[in-house]
Amino acid sequence: MRHNDLRSRDHAGYWAFVVHRVSGLVLALFLPVHFSVLSRALANPAGLDAFFAWTSQPGVKLAETLLVLALAVHLAGGVRLLFVEFVGWRAEGQKTAIALVAAAAIACALLFALNA
Amino acid sequence: MDVRAGAAPVVDAGERIEGARFAAWLFVLQRASAAVLALCVLVHLATILYAVRHGLSAQAIVARVHASAVWPAFYALFVVAVAVHAPIGLRAVVGEWLRMRGPLVDALLALAAAGLLVGGLYTVFSLGL
Repeated sequence: MRHNDLRSRDHAGYWAFVVHRVSGLVLALFLPVHFSVLSRALANPAGLDAFFAWTSQPGVKLAETLLVLALAVHLAGGVRLLFVEFVGWRAEGQKTAIALVAAAAIACALLFALNA
Repeated sequence: MDVRAGAAPVVDAGERIEGARFAAWLFVLQRASAAVLALCVLVHLATILYAVRHGLSAQAIVARVHASAVWPAFYALFVVAVAVHAPIGLRAVVGEWLRMRGPLVDALLALAAAGLLVGGLYTVFSLGL
């Protein structure tokens, strides 16, 4: 197996890749839970409201904020990738694009955390 | 013939072309679903931020989805796109990080896609009907 040395990781593009992959994995694992909670609780609206009351705990709020961050960063990072693949890749713009992705995702998570 | 020590077993050329064709289809499906999801997730994020600002309740969610046929249709499209997108993404992750590849992995991921599709559509229709 070939190993690249650590210099290949000292790059914004590498970290954008890691964040995109980890956020995607988190979202994929969360989806069945999301569907299950929604479908079971909607058969019993009082149960869903009791669930929402449970989610007001600080630890759950933090987990929800991280999920919103994962969703926002996967969206923004995915749009960047679509641009790279279908519009064109220019080396000089990539750090700025990655910074914009991070800023948009953090802004979404903050908006959620401040309103939730 | 590949005679390098430890080289992968020689694969039939026809099989290799089939594999490449399958990978190309997955690439196209992944990007097409990503384009649909970009719009769906944007709307979903805006809805989440709006909903938490106005207080989450079961009644508010049901009322919103019942307000127009556009919402169940939107969520059904969202579910279809995500059921295509997530398993293809997982295929890359288990292939590269766990080195698990092959027909069994693909079959399990197809099962995961079917599970997401059925579970998601069931949720949408239990909400919207």
